[in-house]
Amino acid sequence: MANMSLKRNEMPTQDAKIRATNFCEVALGYSEETAIDEALRCLNCKNAPCVSGCPVNIHIPEFIEKVKTGDFEGAYQVIYKSSSLPAVCGRVCPQEKQCESKCIRGIKGESVGIGRLERFVADWHNAHTTENIAKPQSNGKKVAVIGSGPSGLTCAGELAKKGYEVTVFEALHTAGGVLVYGIPEFRLPKAIVQKEVDALKALGVDLQTNVVVGKTITIAELFDEGYKAVFIGSGAGLPRFMGIEGESLNGVYSANEFLTRNNLMKAYLDGSDTPIFKAKHTVVVGGGNVAMDAARTAKRLGSDVTIVYRRTEKELPARLEEVHHAKEEGINFAMLTNPVKINGDQNGWVESIVCDKMELSEPDESGRARPVKIPDSEFTITADCVIMSIGTSPNPLIKDTTEGLEVNKYGGIVVTEETALTSLKGVYAGGDAVTGAATVISAMGAGKTAAKSIDEYLKNV
Amino acid sequence: MYKIASKKVLNSFVTQMEIEAPLVAKKAQAGQFIILRVDENGERIPLTVAGFDREKGLVKIIFQIVGATTNKLNQKNAGEFIADFVGPLGNPTRVEGLKRVCVIGGGVGCAIALPVAERLHNMGCEVDSIIGFRNSDLLILEDEFKAVSDNLVVTTDDGSYGIKGNVTMPLKEALESGKQYDEIITVGPLVMMKFVVLTAKEYNVPVTVSMNPIMIDGTGMCGGCRLTVGGKIKFACVDGPDFDGYQIDFDEAMKRGTTYRDFERHAYEENCNLFKKEVK
Repeated sequence: MANMSLKRNEMPTQDAKIRATNFCEVALGYSEETAIDEALRCLNCKNAPCVSGCPVNIHIPEFIEKVKTGDFEGAYQVIYKSSSLPAVCGRVCPQEKQCESKCIRGIKGESVGIGRLERFVADWHNAHTTENIAKPQSNGKKVAVIGSGPSGLTCAGELAKKGYEVTVFEALHTAGGVLVYGIPEFRLPKAIVQKEVDALKALGVDLQTNVVVGKTITIAELFDEGYKAVFIGSGAGLPRFMGIEGESLNGVYSANEFLTRNNLMKAYLDGSDTPIFKAKHTVVVGGGNVAMDAARTAKRLGSDVTIVYRRTEKELPARLEEVHHAKEEGINFAMLTNPVKINGDQNGWVESIVCDKMELSEPDESGRARPVKIPDSEFTITADCVIMSIGTSPNPLIKDTTEGLEVNKYGGIVVTEETALTSLKGVYAGGDAVTGAATVISAMGAGKTAAKSIDEYLKNV
Repeated sequence: MYKIASKKVLNSFVTQMEIEAPLVAKKAQAGQFIILRVDENGERIPLTVAGFDREKGLVKIIFQIVGATTNKLNQKNAGEFIADFVGPLGNPTRVEGLKRVCVIGGGVGCAIALPVAERLHNMGCEVDSIIGFRNSDLLILEDEFKAVSDNLVVTTDDGSYGIKGNVTMPLKEALESGKQYDEIITVGPLVMMKFVVLTAKEYNVPVTVSMNPIMIDGTGMCGGCRLTVGGKIKFACVDGPDFDGYQIDFDEAMKRGTTYRDFERHAYEENCNLFKKEVK
């Protein structure tokens, strides 16, 4: 019988006060009983609007039907047909803007907790599976994948399953891309990413860390070495700064640097040799998921934290759950606030940040209300650390060393959307290297598209 | 894992190693750098390439033991391994078209200046080198510089070897006497490079400086290595590490270099004590 409760089952979480002092995962996941109860809220709509909201078109009602009957492994197999990283996506997808936004139950009441169910199913599978991944028969065709983030991992996995000999080149010393350097442990435990990477290796994917394509080796050289196709999933690249006075003071970080020190380099652990500045008052500039991650990391390192954003809470690009969690953890939100200058002390360290108060006016070309400065509204926030989280611009390393690779005016690689093909024969691209900073799931979708195109292309070579 | 093929102590603070890294050796050029991690808990540190043997697949690094990581690295011996070694990163030093160049190295910076001097020498450029050290005990690479320089001047702060004073004195003398250089290329402590720039400015000679700020990834991702160059933010890892010396905000770079000084001192002392204990 359907569960007609208007409210979804709550996600059990670590207590906010306790979790704000540790790096363990915040959300604890549904139990089997809760998962079945939540699944029973799904009406199994014939036209399944939720599926159209999913960038990789997971057959959502179909997997939820399996959960209802307690066939969790069956549910996993349904998801796995469309998504190769369900344990990751169940945790980091902005479901409220995707599948859940289309859910009929959301019209009157709360939508079905699709993301929470996806996570439950993936975790159940990881905890119970005993199957050994078999390495498929090789078709002898070599493909190079640049970058081991969500798009690269997906593309590599899809191609390996089809028998291609895939080599993934990763610039850093650990595979996973933004999943390991960017997203914090408390939101996405690294063990989950490692499990996905290990699964790829079991499929026969050769993973080479410490190779910077564009520097250590170029795309042209990859073709010389016998690779028949190349996928570029090199990610978003250079952090942006505001261009205001004081951004080079000590204590000013890009979110990328701050998060990399903590996530990839594990600076928060005693055994790590990588230093991190433990601030007392941190100001994070920006309103996206990365800003939330940076703020919540700073909080866990013992700082009080204020997020400064020039629009209102309604326009925050971050996932709702992240904003909600951040608030629970005691992070201050200063909305309609725009930094104009960072003040430093005589030794070159941050002392405070000066901001204007803003108000919203007419929508701009992005469709969002444009923030406008309120005259003479300047005020100062005391801070010894400022983290700039206002986006990234594409990395030039591959573009500069690959003749004929077309990029747009922002430096993003130009591709045909349906095929992920770039301006060069046999070279495909996807993820943030194409779109600029976007979501894990859209990067995965692009990796999948590219794998399909590469397969079609190489079938005839 | 990357094998240490050879290790040579250059002085009590400076060590030279050759690392087996064929892909890096194949591509490396003077002026570029690598990033290494000694072990699993290690931090990533950038070191400029001090030489390479493409055939043998070896990359030479020369480092000064200044903190916990370089100390850890120095404990390793030939035949042992380090966890990570990636590169070559950054842009090579631009030498095209240069006919007369003054190469100025300070301290361990000489290790980086040497391959540049070598490259210039091999392409037929006239090379005057000035290398400076605090004292004679710290002197490195004198013979190597001699081999690739038309003139070589060595300075020490205390006068225990060569000319007493710093590198700007012989530079000023040369420029004063009418010596013409297409360019001055300098690598060393920030304060030294700053004064080389100030000295050269009076005579309008272009100066290229090699910057070595704090870095993590070395590929443009973290922005930790940012510098103000001509009033704009530049990343040493992808835009450099060489820059027009006249455009660099040295005072800011020096301040940024101190960010982790306390942490490093603490880590170094802890690390040292650890090794002391092992000796007992």
